[in-house]
Amino acid sequence: MDTASKFKFVSKRRRVKEDRRFVTGRGRFAADYKMSGMLHVAMISSPYACAEIKSIKSEAALAVPGVHYVLTGEELAGHINPLLSGLDLPSVKRLPLANGRARYAGEWVAAVVADTRHIAEDAAELVEIDYEMLDFVIDPEEALKSDAPIVHPEKGDNVFFDKKWTWGDVEGDFSRAPRSLKLRARWSRNSTVPIETFAVTANWDDGRSMLDVWASIQMPKYPEQIARALGIPVSSVNVHFDVDVGGSYGLKRGIRQTVIVSYLTRKLRRPVRFIEDRLENMAGGEMHGPDRIFDMEVAYDDEGIMHSLKIKATDDCGCYPGRAPLQLGKPVSAIVGPYRIKSAEYHARSVSTNKTSQEAVRGFGQAPTNFAIETVVDRIAKELGISRAEIRRRNLIKSDEFPWRIPSGSEYDSGDYHTVLAKVMEAANWDALVSKRDKLRERGQLAGLGLSTCLEPSGGNSSFEPLFNPKNDTTTWMESCLIKVDMLGGITAMMGTSTSGQGHETLLAVTIAEVLERDPETIRAIHSSSVTALPSNSPVGSRMAIMLGGAAAGAAKKIRAQLIAIAAHNFQLPADRLTYNGGDVHVENDPDRCLSWHQLVDIAHRRYHDMPIGSEPGLQAQHTWEVPTGGAMPGADGTVQMYPCYAFEAHIPLISIDPGTGLVKILDYFIGHDCGTVINPDIVRGMTFGGIAHGIGAALYEKFQYDDSGQLQAGTFMDYLLPSTHEIPAIEMIKHYTPSPLTEFGQKGSGESGYLGAPAAISSAVNDALAPLGKTIETLPMRARDIEALLNG
Amino acid sequence: MKAAAFEYIRATSLDQVCYALHDGAGEAQVIAGGQTLIPLMAMRMARPEILIDINDLDELKGIEVSEDFAVIKSGTRQAEVLESTEIRETLPILSEAISHVGHTQTRNRGTIGGSLVAADPSAEIPLIAQLLEATLIARSLRGERQIQANQFFESAMMTTLEPDEFLVEVRFPRWKNGSSGHGFHETSIRDSDYALASAAAQLSLDKNRKCDILHIAVGGASPTPLRLPEIENTLRGQELSDAAIEDALQNIPNLVEPQSDVHADADYRRRLSRVLALRAITDARDRALGDLK
Amino acid sequence: MSSHTIKITVNGRPYQGQAEARVTLVDFLRDALDLTGTHVGCEHGVCGACSVLMDDKPIRSCLIYAVMADGHEITTVEGLEKEDGTLSPLQDAFWENHAMQCGYCTPGMLIASHHLLRTNPSPSEAEIREAIGGNLCRCTGYQQIIEAVQMAAKNIGDGA
Repeated sequence: MDTASKFKFVSKRRRVKEDRRFVTGRGRFAADYKMSGMLHVAMISSPYACAEIKSIKSEAALAVPGVHYVLTGEELAGHINPLLSGLDLPSVKRLPLANGRARYAGEWVAAVVADTRHIAEDAAELVEIDYEMLDFVIDPEEALKSDAPIVHPEKGDNVFFDKKWTWGDVEGDFSRAPRSLKLRARWSRNSTVPIETFAVTANWDDGRSMLDVWASIQMPKYPEQIARALGIPVSSVNVHFDVDVGGSYGLKRGIRQTVIVSYLTRKLRRPVRFIEDRLENMAGGEMHGPDRIFDMEVAYDDEGIMHSLKIKATDDCGCYPGRAPLQLGKPVSAIVGPYRIKSAEYHARSVSTNKTSQEAVRGFGQAPTNFAIETVVDRIAKELGISRAEIRRRNLIKSDEFPWRIPSGSEYDSGDYHTVLAKVMEAANWDALVSKRDKLRERGQLAGLGLSTCLEPSGGNSSFEPLFNPKNDTTTWMESCLIKVDMLGGITAMMGTSTSGQGHETLLAVTIAEVLERDPETIRAIHSSSVTALPSNSPVGSRMAIMLGGAAAGAAKKIRAQLIAIAAHNFQLPADRLTYNGGDVHVENDPDRCLSWHQLVDIAHRRYHDMPIGSEPGLQAQHTWEVPTGGAMPGADGTVQMYPCYAFEAHIPLISIDPGTGLVKILDYFIGHDCGTVINPDIVRGMTFGGIAHGIGAALYEKFQYDDSGQLQAGTFMDYLLPSTHEIPAIEMIKHYTPSPLTEFGQKGSGESGYLGAPAAISSAVNDALAPLGKTIETLPMRARDIEALLNG
Repeated sequence: MKAAAFEYIRATSLDQVCYALHDGAGEAQVIAGGQTLIPLMAMRMARPEILIDINDLDELKGIEVSEDFAVIKSGTRQAEVLESTEIRETLPILSEAISHVGHTQTRNRGTIGGSLVAADPSAEIPLIAQLLEATLIARSLRGERQIQANQFFESAMMTTLEPDEFLVEVRFPRWKNGSSGHGFHETSIRDSDYALASAAAQLSLDKNRKCDILHIAVGGASPTPLRLPEIENTLRGQELSDAAIEDALQNIPNLVEPQSDVHADADYRRRLSRVLALRAITDARDRALGDLK
Repeated sequence: MSSHTIKITVNGRPYQGQAEARVTLVDFLRDALDLTGTHVGCEHGVCGACSVLMDDKPIRSCLIYAVMADGHEITTVEGLEKEDGTLSPLQDAFWENHAMQCGYCTPGMLIASHHLLRTNPSPSEAEIREAIGGNLCRCTGYQQIIEAVQMAAKNIGDGA
């Protein structure tokens, strides 16, 4: 069912407002902001996986003309508060620069400040640092052994988090089920690696006591974190959220970078800028994603029905626990995928190693978990000789069963999984793809057809915070919008966050236009700076269509109510006798007795004598709302309602493998997709195609590989391989629309779509291709070398 | 990623290049396209004190095809060679190989000479120079010197060019035997990446359709692009059946000495060398037989 | 350190600036000439965000020092609009098709596609993929970019 017909603007194709500035080269990215007297920073990185910093000598560097300062970790640690951790680990201090000990190769130990970045790099070579190498650990399972070197000796071991939850009668379901199987699936360290690195400029204005910050940021509570680290009021931090962010996908959380330049601008009284270069970004920017070993066990029966699932996830967090360990938490919201599984056990372990720290990546841990679950489902199909589609049909939650509560306590809002699967299989012409695959096989190629059916939990709340840290009782996860209608009838809508490609300006314009029935082209959407912004939790957790769209609609409804109230007063009629039509208000069934939009606006701004007695002059409204179904603490057994809305996707790729080289080629790609009501079809398509591209990268190419000496081997774009047009195929998207009952227009999230099912689907296809040879591979990325070694090694 | 400081000389004559290299005493380096050198300088893995820009020298640009040779001046852009119909007709294997070098934007700057001098063991142009026994002409204040390709590539990223010498042209011998064909195959992870391994073959058949001359070389599998005379000798005079080719190539994994790196381990490269050589020779044979254009 | 006077023509206008020899063309465009439309992504020639035309051919502006471009003609994304300030058919098609998300790779994509359409007015999908094969995008999966180039080719052919 296409919901577009219900709406005037929502779901209709419309040019994306933001795009105009980008096609003319007039985007304003963090590196485009310049200030006179601005100084530039280059970082000095530890060359060792673990080392004591014995001394840092800066004299020679400071003697270089144009060099202003060399900041060491020791100095910085003495003047700031440690950065926030997602876990309750008081013994593990996270600081912007290593202090005393460097814990991974690439960790920043000092910052050089100079007139130009060139000079800063020249001087960085002259800083003499005396290191004493220490034992280190790179493999997460090694790190758990009792004799392993300890990354944070104060902590006593390398376990950041270790907890097992049991939901339902897991052991009973396992003992009753006639069959079970175990497997290990491995998701290697990769991330979404934006083309823009992290960049930040800070300027301390002592006269106003104000720290202005321009940054490529996507992070909840960024101004608050800066203020806490520096020990200054939040009202003294002004983050300019109108900076265009050159891609983020969860990652751009440069609090370390920001605290360094903020400290420096306060110290040196000059604007200070740091733009990570690609080497700093890849090794020391702490923007790697999940790195996870899944030990999976499933109980099922002869019909392929799954009864219980055990997941043990061991996640290599790297060095410091920012928010990264919480990426083990989000999957609790969809721990059994889209399947009717009665009980589940989840053992989540976050382990520290001497690698760069993880950061939040698109899906926040859900994509790896989906991959592991789908690997299990495919394995059941193989064991029973039942088709992968049929196994899924037998286990998927049925459309009339929603809302559906899963064992871990989250309730899925709505869905029609069987229909989406049927539609994509029909559009892809599954039987024809099977013939095409078999013809390739006859010609000596390996060929495989993949299938995955996955969820995108969306709407984002913070329930994993109290789940993972009992001392953290955050349950509020709000979003806001402020709308003002100016004296001449123009509409300006304000959000309190930055945008990194999601089209929030378009979202605001369309949702407000829908409620106020005004042309979206006349609605300006802007990013407030943080000191004037209403509360926001930033575009994380695939939440903005739901939350910012909901906030905007809420504020717009208030404006509409004010307009009707003004008209009611002037017509001396009750509001329910009036009809709102395109911004004008007329008497019911009497269109001629009408006050136009402009008349009503004029009354609100200029003619207080025509306003309802005691009403607020002007025409403005704000709406801040809590995430639907949010606001509750987890139960004692760890059951929790996490995300409110659940989007669904079904992927079908056809691939071939060159048996001589192991190279995979994707020949066809179909996705069935249901994110409820779509706000802007082009944005949803783009998000989904881009997510699939990320997923293909994770499945076949991308890995932050470390060698045995703890050095990052994939620290450049020559070694960390982002897919190009040659690797990403044309994709056909088949839409279905099951509205969410929890949101304004029925929308769900789509910011992580594609990525949540593509790695599983590619893995499914590769394994289908290998099946005739009796081979399987369950480690990502499935690189040509890995596949070839399996075939010929 | 900002280069260390250097002096810059924009050369206006070949003599000026000779003098500047001489005076630079090993600290000066020629830059043409810069597509290999500039990234290395950005990472400060290369830090010449003097850069001599030869891009303005028309004497170093151009393609001339004579009866016996296709001569390409060192400063000729890879894109120009790729677009040249003369090269496509006389050295089709070079055209095919260059289509795998980087992508449009790097080929618009990158030069033939730059690629040869960089001597990356997995690069396509050095492989073809080695395969076809090209002659490289180097120049210095001391005069001009001819270097055979097999004497030019010394080791990975190392050539036998002296510090005061620079490359002015490369001469590819033309094959004029009756029935000849070529094959080129490489495996790269992404389309525009450096090859993990590559193979190039050119051969001609006698009137009995037996192998008259065969050149086969593999790239990425040894410190320099590697000719494989053992295989050439084995197949010469033979009818090139699939089985005969396959048989002759069994030993390739033992003839090459590849490195392991983040992209591929040595064993993978060994096996790739055989697979790619097989495909290259098969294509060359089929083209010679007229099955392939 | 040698400082050089660099005179280049950018988007048809003459510019002059001072720079050390080690300053890349992209840094010179952005820092000395304030033309920030061209972006820096990797600084080692892989991502294509810094693509510009030099003497009408697409190149990486991080892989050439500004001093080497002295005397040459450069076209950047700022030069793609029509003379009357309206969008070129290619820019318009990028907008119409939402051929971007964050907009960071967009200038490089536009430069590469602009050159393609000037040299090959009706490219096949494979030719489009080849032409932008050296430009990485992390947002779009490339599909809407390819659709935009196809639309632009058609619209230009129709006399747009």
